[in-house]
Amino acid sequence: MLTRLIVAYLPRYRVNVVAVVLLQFVATAAMLYLPTLNADIIDNGVARGDTDYILRVGGVMFAVALVQVLCMVCGQYFGARGALGVGRDIRHDLLHRVNTFSAREVGRFGAPSLITRTTNDVQQVQLLLVMSSFILVTAPIMCIGGIAMGIHVASGLAWILVVSVPVLGVVMAAIIRVMIPGFRVMQARLDSVNRILREQITGIRVVRAFVRERHETARFAVANDELADASLRVGRMMALMFPVVMLITNVTIVGIIWIGGHRISDGSVEIGALTAMISYVMQIMMSVMMASFLAMMAPRASVCAERIGDVLATETSVLRPENPVGFADDPATVDFRGAEFRYPGADSPVVHDLTFRVAPGTTTAIVGSTGSGKTTLIGLVPRLIDVTAGAVLVGGTDVRHLDPDALRSAIGLVPQRAYLFSGTVASNIRYGRPDADDDEIWAALRVAQAEEFVRAMPLGLDTPIAQGGTTVSGGQRQRLAIARALVRRPAVYLFDDAFSALDLATDARLRSALRPATVDAAVLIVAQRVSTIMDADQIVVLDRGRVVGLGRHTDLLGTCETYTEIVRSQLAASESA
Amino acid sequence: MTGPGGRQPMGAPGQKARSFGPSVRRLLRLLVSYRGFMAMILVATVASVILTAISPRILGHATDLIFDGVIGRTLPAGTTKDEAVADLRARGQDTFADMVASMDVTPGVGIDFAAVGKVLSIVLALYIGSALLSWIGAYLLNIVVVGTIRRLRSEVEAKVHRLPLRYYDTIPRGDLLSRVTNDLDNLSQSLQQTVSQALNSVLTVLAILVMMLSISPLLTLIALVTIPAALAATVLIARRSKPHFAAQWSSTGKLNAQVEEAFTGHELLQAFGRRHEVEAEFDIRNDKLYDSSWRAQFISGLVQPAIMFLGNLNFVAVAVVGGLQVASGSLSLGSVQAFIQYSRQFTQPLAQIGSMFNLLQSGVASAERIFDILDADEQTPDPAEPRTPTTNCGRIEFDDVSFRYVDAEPLIENLSLVAEPGHMVAIVGPTGAGKTTLVNLIMRFYDVDTGTIRVDGVDSTAMTRDDLRERTGMVLQDSWLFGGTIYENIAYGDPTATREEVMEAAELSHVDHFVRSLPDGYDTRIDDEGGGVSAGERQLITIARAFLAKPVVLILDEATSSVDTRTELLIQQAMATLRTDRTSFVIAHRLSTIRDADVIVVMDGGRIVEQGDHDDLLAARGAYYDLYVSQFTGPAETPDDPDPVSVVSE
Repeated sequence: MLTRLIVAYLPRYRVNVVAVVLLQFVATAAMLYLPTLNADIIDNGVARGDTDYILRVGGVMFAVALVQVLCMVCGQYFGARGALGVGRDIRHDLLHRVNTFSAREVGRFGAPSLITRTTNDVQQVQLLLVMSSFILVTAPIMCIGGIAMGIHVASGLAWILVVSVPVLGVVMAAIIRVMIPGFRVMQARLDSVNRILREQITGIRVVRAFVRERHETARFAVANDELADASLRVGRMMALMFPVVMLITNVTIVGIIWIGGHRISDGSVEIGALTAMISYVMQIMMSVMMASFLAMMAPRASVCAERIGDVLATETSVLRPENPVGFADDPATVDFRGAEFRYPGADSPVVHDLTFRVAPGTTTAIVGSTGSGKTTLIGLVPRLIDVTAGAVLVGGTDVRHLDPDALRSAIGLVPQRAYLFSGTVASNIRYGRPDADDDEIWAALRVAQAEEFVRAMPLGLDTPIAQGGTTVSGGQRQRLAIARALVRRPAVYLFDDAFSALDLATDARLRSALRPATVDAAVLIVAQRVSTIMDADQIVVLDRGRVVGLGRHTDLLGTCETYTEIVRSQLAASESA
Repeated sequence: MTGPGGRQPMGAPGQKARSFGPSVRRLLRLLVSYRGFMAMILVATVASVILTAISPRILGHATDLIFDGVIGRTLPAGTTKDEAVADLRARGQDTFADMVASMDVTPGVGIDFAAVGKVLSIVLALYIGSALLSWIGAYLLNIVVVGTIRRLRSEVEAKVHRLPLRYYDTIPRGDLLSRVTNDLDNLSQSLQQTVSQALNSVLTVLAILVMMLSISPLLTLIALVTIPAALAATVLIARRSKPHFAAQWSSTGKLNAQVEEAFTGHELLQAFGRRHEVEAEFDIRNDKLYDSSWRAQFISGLVQPAIMFLGNLNFVAVAVVGGLQVASGSLSLGSVQAFIQYSRQFTQPLAQIGSMFNLLQSGVASAERIFDILDADEQTPDPAEPRTPTTNCGRIEFDDVSFRYVDAEPLIENLSLVAEPGHMVAIVGPTGAGKTTLVNLIMRFYDVDTGTIRVDGVDSTAMTRDDLRERTGMVLQDSWLFGGTIYENIAYGDPTATREEVMEAAELSHVDHFVRSLPDGYDTRIDDEGGGVSAGERQLITIARAFLAKPVVLILDEATSSVDTRTELLIQQAMATLRTDRTSFVIAHRLSTIRDADVIVVMDGGRIVEQGDHDDLLAARGAYYDLYVSQFTGPAETPDDPDPVSVVSE
C-alpha cells in the first residue's frame, strides 16, 4: 500500500526524483572517492614526505569535497520539496475527497479517524519520504560503491567485506525483525494510555461525582506500566544496535590490518590501501545502519498509508447528477414518495415507506421515540444521505436530479447537535449566507431569540466563538444555529430537535417569532415537546422507521396510539392539557 | 511560568522553548532520581568511550609495525639502522633518511607478524570490551528514560484529579489534550534519542581531544579550528531555520484545526454548500505549510553537509602538516594515521551534537507545556481534620451563598435554600439563570465565594470531597461513557456492586430493554464516540449508573433532554421510586417533570425569584405561572420580560 500510494504521487515530482538520484549519486561517488585520495596522500605524500604532492592532491580533495557538499545541498533542496510536496498533495486529495462524502461515508470512518488520517498519518508518510529521499539513494550507492572501491584499491582484501557486510546485514535484519512487532505493541499501548487520559479529562465531572479518582488512577497505572514494559522491550533491542554495528565494524578493521599486513608483506597491497579500506568499511557499515533506520520506520508509515488509501479509495454514495435539472415547482415543497433508507447489508431499513407532502407555507412536525428514524428522514432532504428506494422531491424535482448546490441553497438546516465554528458570532451567522449584512444578521438573531444575549456581550457580533461553540451555553448555541439557518432565507427549513436546550419561555417566543419569518417556506420540525408540535399543519408520527400517523394534533389524538401515548406521557400529569 | 488561568497559544508540540536553561535543569533533576543507575551509566559510557578512543592509537602501533617491516625490507640486510641511515644520507636521500631514523626498523627484516598479532589481539579485546560497556550503558539508560517518562505520565495523571474545575474551564480542552498526549510523546521520543547520544557524543569529543593532544599538540590545534567553525555553522543554520520551523508548527496547528472543524461539522458544510470556500481556504493553508516545512527541512538539513565539508578541509590541513612532520621525522606515519582517524571521528559527534540541539529544543518546548500543567494551582486540599455528618439523611442547606466565575460578573448572589431529607427540589428558570452552577456548588466542583452549604448540618468545606460526593449522585447534561462495555459503564457507579445489582439498576432505568436487543448485550463495547448506541440510550446508561450509586442526594441536570417522551415517562416513574428517601435536585425544562416536586425554585439572574410548590406558585401568578402558561398555550400572554444571560457557559 505504501509503495502504491507513493507511486501514485511521485510522478508529479519526476524532476525532483531524477535530480535527487543524480545529485546523491555524484555526492556519494565523491564521498567514496575521498578515501582513495586520502590513501594517495598517505602513500605518495606523507610516507615520502612530499609536501608538494600532498598540497596538489589536497587541492583535488578540496575540489571533490566541494562538489560533494554542493550536490548534497542541492539534493536536500529537491528532496525536501519533493517529499513534502507529496505530503501536501495527499492532504489536498484527502480533504477534497472527504468533502464529497455523504454522512454515510463520514459515519463509516468517524470524524476523529478522518482527522487523524488527514493530519498525523500524512505526516508519518511524509517523514518516511524525507528520510528516503536521502537514504534510499545514498545507502545502496554507498554500500555497493564502497565494496567496488575496496576491490579496486585492494582486491586482495575485498573478500573480507564479502564476509562482514552480509554478517552485519543479517544481524541487523534479525534485530529489526524482533523490534517491528515490538513497535506495534508499543503504539497500541500508547494509544490506550492516551485514550484513558482523554477520557479522564472529558469526563472529569463524572469521575469526581462518583469519587472514582482512585479507580481511574489504578486503571491508568496498569496502562502506563504496560506501555513502559513495551518501551523497555523495544529499547533493549535498540540499545543492542549501535554496539553490535560498532563491534562488527571494528572486528572487520582489525581483520583488514592483520590480513593486509600479510598482503603488504608479499607486495600485493600497498600500505595506503589499508587506510582507504578502513574508511570504506566505515562507510559501508554506515549505509547498513541508515538502511536499518528506514526499515524501522517503514512498517509504521505503511500502516498509515493503508489508512490513507482506504479514504482515497472510498466513493461517495451521494453522486452529482450528470445533467442536473432545475426545480419544476415552487422550491418550498417537499415530497416524500415511498422513501426508504437502509445501510448496505442491513436486514431492516432505518426508515421506509415514507410518504407525505409539505406544502409551501406549512409546518410539518415529526415525532417518534429515540431511534425511530427522525434524523435520517431529515438527512434525506439535503442529500446528506440518499434514499435506497422511493424518492424525495424538493420543488417537484427528485433531489438526486438537482444540482446539489442549488438544492442546498434552498435549504436551511439546524442539526440536532448545534455545532458552531471557531470565529465570531457574525462569522457563524454568515456561514448561512456569506453576503449577509449586519442588519440581516441582527434580524435573524432577533427571530432566533438570540438578539438580547448577543447585545449583552461586550463585543456583540464580534464576540469570539471557540471551536464547536463551547464558550456559549447549550441554549445560546442552539439559538445561534437557528439564526444561521434563518439568515439564509431558504425555501425549506429543517429543524432537527433544535429547541431541546431552550427553556420553555424562550422556546415559545421563538416559535411565535418563526411563524411570520417562515411564512412562504416549507418547515420540517423534529421535536419532542408536544407544545412545540401541537400547532403544526401536519404531524408525522414515526415508529421504528415507519409512518404510523399523519394528520393534525386533534385528528391524531385518540386515533393514533403512538401519538396519544407520546402526548399522554407529557400532559397526562397536567390536568390542563 | 504561566498561571493556571493563563492561556497559551494552541499549537503542535515542538514550538520554540521559552526558558531553555531552567527547563533542561528540571528535566535533568527528574533523571537524577535514578542516581545509582545514572552513576553506572556514566561509568559504563566513560569506560566505553575511553576504550574506543585509545583503540585507534594502539591500532596505529600495528600500522607502524607493518610500515617498519615494509621499510626495513628495502634496506640492505646485515647492516644496523644507523649504518642504513648514514648510507641513505650519503646517497642524498635526506628526507627519507630522517624518516627512517625516527622509525624502529631493522634493516633487511620484514614485518614482525608476531608483534602485529599481539597488538591486534589487544585491540580486539578493547573493542569487545567497549561494545559490551556501551551496550550496558544504553541498556541502563533505556530503563532510566522509560522510567522517567512513566513517572512523568503518572504525575500528570494524578494532577488531572487535583486540578480545580476552573482550570478545565479556562484552558481549551483540545490544547490540554494535546499536552497530555502529543507533548508527552514528543518529550519521550526526544529524551530517548538525545540523552544517550548526548552523553556519548560529548564524552567522545572529550576523549578524542585528549588522544589527539597526546599524539600531537600542533595537529590538535589545527583540528580544533573545526570546533568553532562547526559551532558557528550550526548556530548560523539554526538561526535561519528557526523562523521556518516556527511557521511550520503554527501552520500545522492551523491546518489541523481547520481539518478538525471541517470534518466535525461535515454535515453543516454539506447542507450549507460551503465546500468550495473550505477547500479554497484549506489549499492556501496547505500551501503555506508546505512552503515553511520544506524550507525548514532544507535549511536544517544543511548542518550535516556543512560539518562534513569542514571535516574534509580539516583532513587536508592535517595531512599537509602531518606529512611535513613525518618527513621531518618528528612524527611516525602510524601516529599521523591514528590522528587522521581521530580527527575523522571528531567531526561525527560534533555533527550529532548539532542536530541533537534541534531535537532537544522541541523536546524541551513540550516539557515546558507539561510542566505548566504540573505547576498549575491545585484545588484547596481537604481539611486536615475533616468532619463528617453524624446522620446520613441528606439535608442540604444553602446559607447566604454567593459565587461568581468571573469577578466582574455575579452569578449566584446571596442565595439561601433548604432541601429537607427526602424532598424533591425542582429548579427552573431561563438559560443562564445559574441552575447548573447551583448544583455544581453542592458537589463542590467549585467552592462558594461567601456563605455556607451544609450537608446534614456540617459545612461541606469541612468535609472531605470524597465523603461529600459519596453521598451525592449526579446525572449530567452530557452523557460521558468510557471505552468499555455497557456493563462496566453502569458498574462505574459502584465498584462493589454485584452483577444482580447492576442488572437491577439497568432494569430500573430501562437500559435492560434495549441492551438485550444488542447482539452482545451487556458486553457491547462503547467506543469514544459511543458507536452503536444512540444519544438517548447513552443517557439511559448514565442514569443507570446513578441508580447503582444509591446516593442520599440525587442531582439530575437536564438529564432527560435527549430521551424521547415515552421513554422519559418510564424514567420518571423509576426516578420517583429512586427519589423515595432521597433528597433530589432536578433541573428540567419540561414542567411536567417537576409538577410533584416538594419545592419548586424559580431562578433568574442568580437569585431565587420564587419558591413554593406547584399549586402555590400557580396561584401566585408570578414567573412560574408565566412559564407554565407558555408551555401549554404558547407565548400569547407572556410579557416580554428580559432574559438575563451571562456570557459564561454553564
